[in-house]
Amino acid sequence: MAEAARPTPVSDERVKQMSGMRRALIRPELGGIVGTIAVFAFFLIFAADSGMFNIQGVLNWSIVSAQFMIIAVGACLLMIAGEFDLSVGSMIGFAGMSIAILTVTLGWPVWLAILLTFVLCIAIGALNGYIVVRTGLPSFIVTLAFLFILRGFTIFLPQLIERKTIIGGVSDAAAGDPVAWLFGGKILNGLFVWLGDAGVIAVFERGNNKGQPVVDGIPLLIVWAVALVIFGHILLTRTRFGNWIFASGGDAQAARYVGVPVNRVKILMFMFSAFCATVFATCQVMEFGSAGADRGLLKEFEAIIAVVIGGALLTGGYGSVIGAALGALIFGVVQQGLFFAGVESSLFRVFLGVILLGAVVLNTYIRRLITGER
Amino acid sequence: MSDIILETRGLTKRYGGVHALEDANFTLRRGEHIAVVGDNGAGKSTFVRQITAVEQRTAGEVFFDGQAVNFAGPLEARESGIETVFQNLALADDLDVPSNLYLGREIIKFNLGPFSILDRKAMRVATQKALDTTAVRIPNLSNPIRNMSGGQRQCVAIARAAAFASKLIIMDEPTAALGVQETGQVENIIRGLKARGVPLILISHNLRQVFDLVDRIVVFRRGRIVASLRREETDGNDIVSYITGVKGGEGARA
Ligand SMILES: Nc1ncnc2c1ncn2[C@@H]1O[C@H](COP(=O)(O)OP(=O)(O)OP(=O)(O)O)[C@@H](O)[C@H]1O
Ligand SMILES: [Mg+2]
Repeated sequence: MAEAARPTPVSDERVKQMSGMRRALIRPELGGIVGTIAVFAFFLIFAADSGMFNIQGVLNWSIVSAQFMIIAVGACLLMIAGEFDLSVGSMIGFAGMSIAILTVTLGWPVWLAILLTFVLCIAIGALNGYIVVRTGLPSFIVTLAFLFILRGFTIFLPQLIERKTIIGGVSDAAAGDPVAWLFGGKILNGLFVWLGDAGVIAVFERGNNKGQPVVDGIPLLIVWAVALVIFGHILLTRTRFGNWIFASGGDAQAARYVGVPVNRVKILMFMFSAFCATVFATCQVMEFGSAGADRGLLKEFEAIIAVVIGGALLTGGYGSVIGAALGALIFGVVQQGLFFAGVESSLFRVFLGVILLGAVVLNTYIRRLITGER
Repeated sequence: MSDIILETRGLTKRYGGVHALEDANFTLRRGEHIAVVGDNGAGKSTFVRQITAVEQRTAGEVFFDGQAVNFAGPLEARESGIETVFQNLALADDLDVPSNLYLGREIIKFNLGPFSILDRKAMRVATQKALDTTAVRIPNLSNPIRNMSGGQRQCVAIARAAAFASKLIIMDEPTAALGVQETGQVENIIRGLKARGVPLILISHNLRQVFDLVDRIVVFRRGRIVASLRREETDGNDIVSYITGVKGGEGARA
């Protein structure tokens, strides 16, 4: 047998090194970055003096954006793993109702109600995932079924138990509860009082709160959003599990062949999506002090839109949590910005559709730049 | 220690009514290189999928390295020393070359289970080394595999198998998409494995290549092994007549 020859690698003169600048630009979140800049530029020009960019205005659209971010992170990781969850909106309604019924109707302590709701919803997420990987059905169908099942229960249960579709009175029960504070509280109160005293931010001129700063802290909702984005980003880009998410969504069979536990990855991502929906719901219930049967309507699509604006592919295997977060930011800023600018609120949907289309076209174009063809 | 590294007895796989593999009796000695040939749909890839535990067999036994084995999944097969270049390559398109080489057994900085932080630098260095020994040309390791040519992708899959193989390497049509030069490189990798004493199962439709590289040729036909011939005792015409069924009854022993 011939000696094992070791030919030296030949360098290929057709391969031009891409400039660092170009490589830095060509990334999934570029569409989201451009969109964010465009949206901020738009509102800075047309709504600068509407109050949108003073401290209250900033807090206002930050809260709305943070809500979108929380569900977008879950939807993003799940979509990269190759699946959808259309039951997110119904899950939000269901989780909120669960907390309200457990605390108000059954008189449980709030922390226990929240804990049980998390367990219940994550279990439903696991069931979603289990059915998808076991049957091989598209997650679109399976989670569509849960969209109806969960919404149905969310409308039926409060009517059965309390004869109404909105259950209030959670605030009283939640007062002083540490777990409730985790979702409905505020941090950095002292900082804002100090800023108010120092004259950096406005204080109330009259009324009960005279002398108090107009913004008295950062809601934990925003902390949740930022924490989830950071967690999701690190998980996806820095860890072994992140590689498995990409591999499972890109080509599940190939991933299975090399031993990636594809089913486990997918089920866990369904559970994470359910977790994010429950965080959203809990924050909302703590903020409003009530749960309503129609809460969370259409949220699954808003989450998916944010993710897609952020550059992820509906077919899986490609995307970015930072992109999804920017998508959510665009969402929040446009929704509240139109309100500040005094634009008829129904036009929000028109803007949203236009932005979605624009971002997706841009993202497709960027991907073509990367691959050179498709 | 037994001279035999891999043996199957009565290995059978049925997909519903399709008898893809029937009663395969196959032995591979340490250091031996065997080619598996046969027409499309003869059951060659099915045979590979049973050994590597990508699928669970319908019946039969597999002995590897002196023990009866029942791998629960492909990772167990890999961990016990079997590396495979699958016909579909099994690459993750959106990951870069190092992530693909190490998919399923990533190098990590510290162990936090699934949350273990990847040591990308170490994986990159080791990948470069593995590619250097195989003389595979990849312009930019950090590009996702998706952007690479069919041949480059195939080279990555081969480099992955060659770099990790310790006890057995299986290649399912490794040169199917390759040009003349690249095919030559893969054949050199195979010769290198022979020199290192790593046993090989090579599935190929290229009889010239088969006669160049291996010690023994096993012919599959309609899900059965119909011949097992030493290279010296046969020739191309002989093999073709086994493949097409001119020669060889059902159920010849390997
Ligand atoms: N998952 C499956 N379900 C049903 N039938 C299958 C499945 N996988 C393979 N088969 C059938 O089993 C038979 C053997 O297929 P296999 O892929 O092993 O052929 P092969 O010898 O590798 O062919 P090729 O040279 O084309 O790669 C074929 O008839 C194929 O249609
Ligand atoms: Mg095959």
